[in-house]
Amino acid sequence: MNEEQMIAATPEGCTECLPPNPVEGFLRSERMPHIWCPGCGIGTTVNCFSRALLQSKLDLNKVAVVSGIGCTGRVAGYVNLDSFHTTHGRAIPFATGMKLANPDLTVVVYSGDGDLISIGGNHFIHAARRNVDVKIICINNFTYGMTGGQLAPTTPVTAISSTTPYGCYEQPFNLPNLAESAGAVYVARWTTYHVRQLTHSIGEALRKKGFSFIEIVSQCPTLYERRNKIGDGLDMMEYFKEASVVKHGAATREVGIGFQGPIVVGKFVDIERPTFLDLMDKQMTRTLDAHYTGSVVEDHVRG
Amino acid sequence: MLEEPASEAKVPHVQPVPKKVRGTIKVTYNRCKGCGFCIAFCPPKVLEFSQEFNSHGYHFPQLKNQDGCTGCDLCGLYCPDFAIYGVMQKYGKKR
Amino acid sequence: MKRTHADPAGVLTGTHFLDGDQACCEGALASGCRFAAGYPITPSTEIVERFALRVPQIGGMFLQMEDELAASIAIQGAVWAGAKSFTVTSGPGFSLMMEHIGYAAMTETPCVFVNVQRGGPSTGLPTLPAQADMMQARWGSHGDYQIIALCPNSPQECFDLTVHAFNLSEQFRVPVLVMMDECVGHMTEKVVIPPAEQIEVYPRRYTTLPPNEYQAFKAEDDLVPQFARAGEGYHFHVTGLTHDEHGYPSMNVETQHQLVSRLMDKIRRNADAMARNEEYRVDDADVVVIAYGITARVAMRAVQMAREQGVRAGLLRPLVVWPFPEKRLRELTARSGFAGLVVAELNCGQVFYEVERLVAGRVPVLLEPHTGGTVHKPEQILEAIVKCSARRHAGTPALQEVSR
Repeated sequence: MNEEQMIAATPEGCTECLPPNPVEGFLRSERMPHIWCPGCGIGTTVNCFSRALLQSKLDLNKVAVVSGIGCTGRVAGYVNLDSFHTTHGRAIPFATGMKLANPDLTVVVYSGDGDLISIGGNHFIHAARRNVDVKIICINNFTYGMTGGQLAPTTPVTAISSTTPYGCYEQPFNLPNLAESAGAVYVARWTTYHVRQLTHSIGEALRKKGFSFIEIVSQCPTLYERRNKIGDGLDMMEYFKEASVVKHGAATREVGIGFQGPIVVGKFVDIERPTFLDLMDKQMTRTLDAHYTGSVVEDHVRG
Repeated sequence: MLEEPASEAKVPHVQPVPKKVRGTIKVTYNRCKGCGFCIAFCPPKVLEFSQEFNSHGYHFPQLKNQDGCTGCDLCGLYCPDFAIYGVMQKYGKKR
Repeated sequence: MKRTHADPAGVLTGTHFLDGDQACCEGALASGCRFAAGYPITPSTEIVERFALRVPQIGGMFLQMEDELAASIAIQGAVWAGAKSFTVTSGPGFSLMMEHIGYAAMTETPCVFVNVQRGGPSTGLPTLPAQADMMQARWGSHGDYQIIALCPNSPQECFDLTVHAFNLSEQFRVPVLVMMDECVGHMTEKVVIPPAEQIEVYPRRYTTLPPNEYQAFKAEDDLVPQFARAGEGYHFHVTGLTHDEHGYPSMNVETQHQLVSRLMDKIRRNADAMARNEEYRVDDADVVVIAYGITARVAMRAVQMAREQGVRAGLLRPLVVWPFPEKRLRELTARSGFAGLVVAELNCGQVFYEVERLVAGRVPVLLEPHTGGTVHKPEQILEAIVKCSARRHAGTPALQEVSR
């Protein structure tokens, strides 16, 4: 809370004339209440995202949010920014086209584990490989929530899902490891319990040049927790609180998540690498010298 | 449609600020879905569920008393429904 | 709507000897397209290879994406960031791009998809021509939507119709498909590229309203909404879900009706105005051959041969195949004494069914099919013309066997 908000409270301590909720300016308020279930963690992450945006002092007219399909994908529709709700799995290539056509934009991909890593997996690894300057906020609730709780590539072994009613037997992806292996320059994981650390990480990712990936382990009380008899949203949050171990700089191959096992959180990767555009410009200049007009894609044809 | 329930009256509009109050909360009652995060994770533990229901049938949070809220806004950070937030206030001083 | 002319930086004015793929690339550059994404697939790859070579010296970029799914949506991200953008492909890639063609139609994203058709189905004949994606062009994505499809029959037309495609996409905020074929794509001919000031470009329909008044999907009188791009403070929302005039998801029967009807009518209402046909000796023809793309060139020869034999044949060549030139077709077939139509295409019958539907039994319609791999011989089309003219044929029934 900043100084302005402290002073804004009236002298008499009246609770009527309070400054608004910091997240309110980021919401399409006319679309509230949202569709997420009671106890879902997605809204919590939106609070962190909005705080991080405020603190970053980025020009909000130049921030674009791109999402895919799923519960997390609905974030794009609720935030008061240029927002794009695209097709299942394809938020990252859409964001790539957007960022490269207008590098002045800060492009944030906000989507779920199924959307980004299953159907979107190929696009994920290539964008990371190329170090496209997009920020990926991946909410991992270990399931496909919107469609009724099916298996996801992150569902832990033995967990129940609607398509693995006898328990999952597939090895899940270790997302930070996948991101790092593919070439991401910033990799962090937090849970929805770690609101302050998450806000800070999002802020770092917003400022970072290059493919930045934040996994947010979250609860899906209606489906994942209910089917696996973990409890409600608060029970899962309590589990996040108890089971999380902060290990900045941990080796990502060791941070896989087992069913109700420990969750290693923290910032794992923060390196410097030229972005896709940097590399393109450098190579083009090297080969074309003065003939290289640049990668700027101007739409000069305006009526 | 979204009417504020009578419990609003429990938090008076105009009242001198006791020296201990450093913060307060604001609740948008009808957004609350009763998840309980704010109550569970409030550091000074000053929140509780109200007895009343909002229009969707959920109990919403309220301050147990006027003392103790630091205005840290952790409740606001946690709330998945954007239904509550905390604000710091100056100690009983005029602006 | 105010027109403007091409940016000279992208216009390779002059007389050239180019193949269709190269000419298509020049058409895109002349239109102001500075962003392309694609995935290699024969016989379309040369279009983007040339683009990759040319565009760094003009200003812009080509992105080779990891697959066609990525390419077909990356171009749309670029459009919403303010770029003019296209992608190219052939059959198998066209199938992969279908979801995103539907997304472009639903979100009214102006962009161009080029399909240099090759033998199919499946991997088929990668280096040989066909025209067997025509129905897919019209119906390939799920749901009700309309697109515009153009068929060039020469490298010159590959240039001209690519420019036209970009213009139509901006005017109607719809994905426009340039349906080439491998023959036209790999054929080298004279291509004249005029000076930039002679190339008309339809500018993007950016809104002039302030953000608090702008609604991203509120249509103007011609059923097309004004455009805004990311980064200018409009804070708008784009979604593939059924949406209201703000662009917000609104999944109910009323909104579905309003939105889908508007997307359909946006094109249907203007179908007559956007029709563009080349006609050869149809005024006194008893038999009219309908053909498009490379097949039209063979059909032209067949019509000439028929005339030499005393058969009054003519050729109707649609350059805009979708929406199909319904009005002209009805006019032609309404004439008394008209013997019939021959639809010659490099497939087993696709546009044939559209023609048959529109003719509704008034005159016989003969299909002159071809399973692909090369073009018709003029004699094959001539035989169909003669059969039709002799009034011995009642028309090709549906599901007639194609093998011979």
